[in-house]
Amino acid sequence: MLAIPGRFIALVFFVLLLIIPSFTRDPYVLRILIFANMYAIFAVSWDLLSGYTGQINFGHALFFGVAAYTSALLNTHLGWQPWATIPIGALAASIAGLVVCLPALRLRGPYLSLVTLAFPLILLGIVFAFTDFTGGEWGISGIAPISSDRTVIYFISVLIMLVSVFVMWKLTDARSSLVRTGIIFHAIREDEIAARASGINTVRYKMLAFAVGGFFAGIAGAFLAHFMRIAGPSNLDLFLSFQVIIWTVFGGIASIYGPVAGVYILHPLMEFLRVVPEYRILIFAGIVVLILLFMPEGVAVWIRDKLERECPRCKLSNMAFRRTCRACETSLY
Amino acid sequence: MVEGILIQGLVRGGVYALLAVGFALIFGVARMINLTHTCFYMLAAYGIYIFAQLAGLHPVLAIVLSLVATTLIGIFTYKLFIDRIREHHVTVLLITLALAMVFQEIMLLAFGGHYLGAPTFVSGYWQIIGVKVSYQHLLIFGVALIVLIGLWALLSKTRLGIAIRATAQDSEIANLMGINVSRILLITMGLASALAAIGGIVVAPTLVLEPRMWTHPLIMIMAIVVLGGLGSVKGSFIGAFILAFVEVLVVYLVPEGAFLKGAIALLVMVIILLVRPEGLFGVAFEEERL
Repeated sequence: MLAIPGRFIALVFFVLLLIIPSFTRDPYVLRILIFANMYAIFAVSWDLLSGYTGQINFGHALFFGVAAYTSALLNTHLGWQPWATIPIGALAASIAGLVVCLPALRLRGPYLSLVTLAFPLILLGIVFAFTDFTGGEWGISGIAPISSDRTVIYFISVLIMLVSVFVMWKLTDARSSLVRTGIIFHAIREDEIAARASGINTVRYKMLAFAVGGFFAGIAGAFLAHFMRIAGPSNLDLFLSFQVIIWTVFGGIASIYGPVAGVYILHPLMEFLRVVPEYRILIFAGIVVLILLFMPEGVAVWIRDKLERECPRCKLSNMAFRRTCRACETSLY
Repeated sequence: MVEGILIQGLVRGGVYALLAVGFALIFGVARMINLTHTCFYMLAAYGIYIFAQLAGLHPVLAIVLSLVATTLIGIFTYKLFIDRIREHHVTVLLITLALAMVFQEIMLLAFGGHYLGAPTFVSGYWQIIGVKVSYQHLLIFGVALIVLIGLWALLSKTRLGIAIRATAQDSEIANLMGINVSRILLITMGLASALAAIGGIVVAPTLVLEPRMWTHPLIMIMAIVVLGGLGSVKGSFIGAFILAFVEVLVVYLVPEGAFLKGAIALLVMVIILLVRPEGLFGVAFEEERL
């Protein structure tokens, strides 16, 4: 257990999340944590698509917004319940991912980033132009809540977060013997031509990355729409797309725990800074700049490198103070 | 209406071209997507407001001061924040975004969120075949054209231009040929922010100034630069006019056009990229060496 301090910290963190309601049921605290849980899924889904597969997506809010609007419309017009609308919203986001994928398959690098940036903004233009259907600036309000008890919503959100993050962690695990996606995503990011030359259908895996990334981002979007009981244009905003990049890169890109750490540090910080409303964004951006200057690979990765050391021979993680690898006894120096 | 579309399109295209060419230049040389780029445009426009309106200086002096100040801010941002983490591409992207937020918030704190106006440099208009063209619009278009021709001459005729283009092609080889790459990067950053500043200075009198005025041009120039082909200065120039005319046409001809102008311009970009994935004037290169 203590052999890999990173995993131990993750475990302690998840247990803490599960027992927090026994200490405080303050609705404001729970609200921040519910948001953080969903944003964690959102950030990890960006990490899967952009960090691991290397398809840097500037328009991740598209998936969030599509799912939020889909579940809102299904709920308000057809009266479907949250347990049905959230998965359907996520599926709609997944399909949106495949649509974005079509131009994205032909583009790479910065071209891809800038094209993906366009999609949520195009949809935002449509939302503002057809106000009867989408509610325009005010959005769609009066969505059914998930539960009347906020503690219940909190537990549901924690469970969804744990399952989603675990699934995405497994999907991106390059050493997994169960699924091949992890190593293939890495290969696509590092050298797509080499991956194709090794007989990997990179098109199919890129589509998979977009669909999976869209699906989980959609879960977060639909859940928060039901929690906030409103789906508005802020769900498609450029700021949301950029915020997910801030969280992920701040925590550490291509690491799964990085975006989770980024969200749980930065989202409460942003809420805390409401005590100085005028300076809020200034302080937030200043902190992000200063920390990244000294830890350019992200906070979580920086801490991990202080705690763990990878064995050069068997690639097992070890405590930083060990002199030899715990499995193969190779010297770690 | 036709003359309105024509004038608006040319003016807007000129400004977008100034911004997009600078963005393309710094992308080509430093391989960084500089999200702070249009912040320099915003800062320069505010500079005109500060020096000409608040301090009451002569317009020419205000223009020079604003241009120099913005260029220096650009160079210092690069030197202080970006240079040392240049290896981490995504982190650079994020830092430029956070810096843009910092600039926006500083302006918001200093001048508040309400709309401000800068004084015009030249008033009056000129009658061309019965169409009134205000001197300010002529000035914007003329300055854009002159500056861009100057930039073209600099890039293709001078030693500095050759050094910049060599660094853009392959910075390692350029370094081996005796080009001081880090100095070229600084100079390019200065050039790019000066171009953005000129854009901000010439349009300042025709716009309402507010701290969020950098976001819409940023989206548009990113679309323009991709459309024209990344790193291609000629492509950015032509792309700027294409998207500017699309925007203006939508505003004039489509109901609810003001909401849809950005969306349709971006849609045009996506469609063109589907046909030509490397942009209009980009070169389709194999895996780039990094």
